[in-house]
Amino acid sequence: MIRVDVSKTLGGFFIEAAFDAPEKGITALFGPSGAGKTSIINMVAGLLQPKQGSIRINGRCLFDSRKGIDLPPERRRVGYVFQDGRLFPHLTVRSNLTFGMRRVTRTSRYVGFEQVIGLLGIGHLLDRRPATLSGGEKQRVAIGRALLCSPTLLLMDEPLAALDEPRKAEVMPFITRLAREVAIPILYVTHAWQEIQTLADTLIVLSAGRVAASGALDQLGGNSDWSIPAAGSVATPFPLPS
Amino acid sequence: MTGWMPTAIEIQALRLSLWVSMWAVACSLPLGIAIAWLLARCEFPGKTLLDGFVHLPLVLPPVVIGYLLLVLLGRRGMIGEWLHGNFGITLAFNWKGAALAAGTMAFPLLVRALRLSLEGVDPRLEVAARTLGAGPLRVFFTITLPLMTPGIIAGLLLAFARSLGEFGATITFVSNIAGETQTLPLALYTLTQVPDGESGALRLCLISIGIAMAAVVASEMVSRWYARRLKGVLREAR
Repeated sequence: MIRVDVSKTLGGFFIEAAFDAPEKGITALFGPSGAGKTSIINMVAGLLQPKQGSIRINGRCLFDSRKGIDLPPERRRVGYVFQDGRLFPHLTVRSNLTFGMRRVTRTSRYVGFEQVIGLLGIGHLLDRRPATLSGGEKQRVAIGRALLCSPTLLLMDEPLAALDEPRKAEVMPFITRLAREVAIPILYVTHAWQEIQTLADTLIVLSAGRVAASGALDQLGGNSDWSIPAAGSVATPFPLPS
Repeated sequence: MTGWMPTAIEIQALRLSLWVSMWAVACSLPLGIAIAWLLARCEFPGKTLLDGFVHLPLVLPPVVIGYLLLVLLGRRGMIGEWLHGNFGITLAFNWKGAALAAGTMAFPLLVRALRLSLEGVDPRLEVAARTLGAGPLRVFFTITLPLMTPGIIAGLLLAFARSLGEFGATITFVSNIAGETQTLPLALYTLTQVPDGESGALRLCLISIGIAMAAVVASEMVSRWYARRLKGVLREAR
């Protein structure tokens, strides 16, 4: 179980979000731009410090304001796939992939190099440099790089948002396979409803820094009250379910 | 005219110059990176003052710098006496002092190049490296420093060329002693002061131009090579 309970003021904008996510499958953090989705997963990754609250993954404490615990990002074992990939331009694809892996002890690795490159179909790219890859290939390498650290949780911040439609269609099946074949919880930030329908198992709806609704997708998915406006428009506040 | 071959004194001056300049840039590089980091990444009171202080050698007469070094680091200077008493290190009137003078004069150029290259490094890549399990120090050595490489090389070569040409601070701080502190420009100056020195002076002139050109061309080639490397053009297998 992943338990997040954080609050922070960010330049006049108040985030106060508490939610649980299952230790399996993809949990989508869904909401319009400015709902605080990225800020929340940055807090989980240790890139942004909450003012108050706690963050736990399967009982392991990453942050607790009352106990004064705040692990630095490199010790959280939380993988992060950024919207813009952020591959290291001076390293080959192979060195990018093994950058984090080399710092994980063999006993705490649960995925192997061959398994990951097979899963993501990036075996033919290993000797190339990031500048020569297409957008979809870059994101697959970025996913592989985060996964090879054998993280206890994988964060994905709109990993498809920077891609055009064909590239999105290219990468999405890999994420589905990933969730199915590697038993790792994924927190998936998006404001695209279509991605949620394809990928998510659990849904957390955020609005103006607060959790507006949460639960399994099959329970929430039929509720068109908030799903339809959210897919297109960005600023529509979500009606709170009673 | 005694021919085109340099004399023993000229070769000695050339070798000393290369030696002094090499040490000057090698020793100022770590400090240069630290200062560039402070200026590019940190906000603190007195930052403008530090920036100005670092740039002083660029705008002050070199003789002023040489004289300040002499006052501070000469055998009777405040720091010089302490260094000699505690560590047996003397900088005045030897090649180490010449390296210090050259390094000081070239320092602003080095810091400028390093700072520019550091500002060009995307901090988001460093954040990504942190999430991959690398601590701040490891991020610096595996991400930041490699991405700064073109700037480091350009800065080193520029500072090296500047060090080779150092005259005013050197002659003030460590004097003009053949074989010890008489670098290329000092030897050239000496030759212009003696009768029949013209041909020697001309040879040293040409040598100076040659080295300076080589440094600039090398710097250009290295930065092009690195840019190509980042774009992945140099990959062999596909």
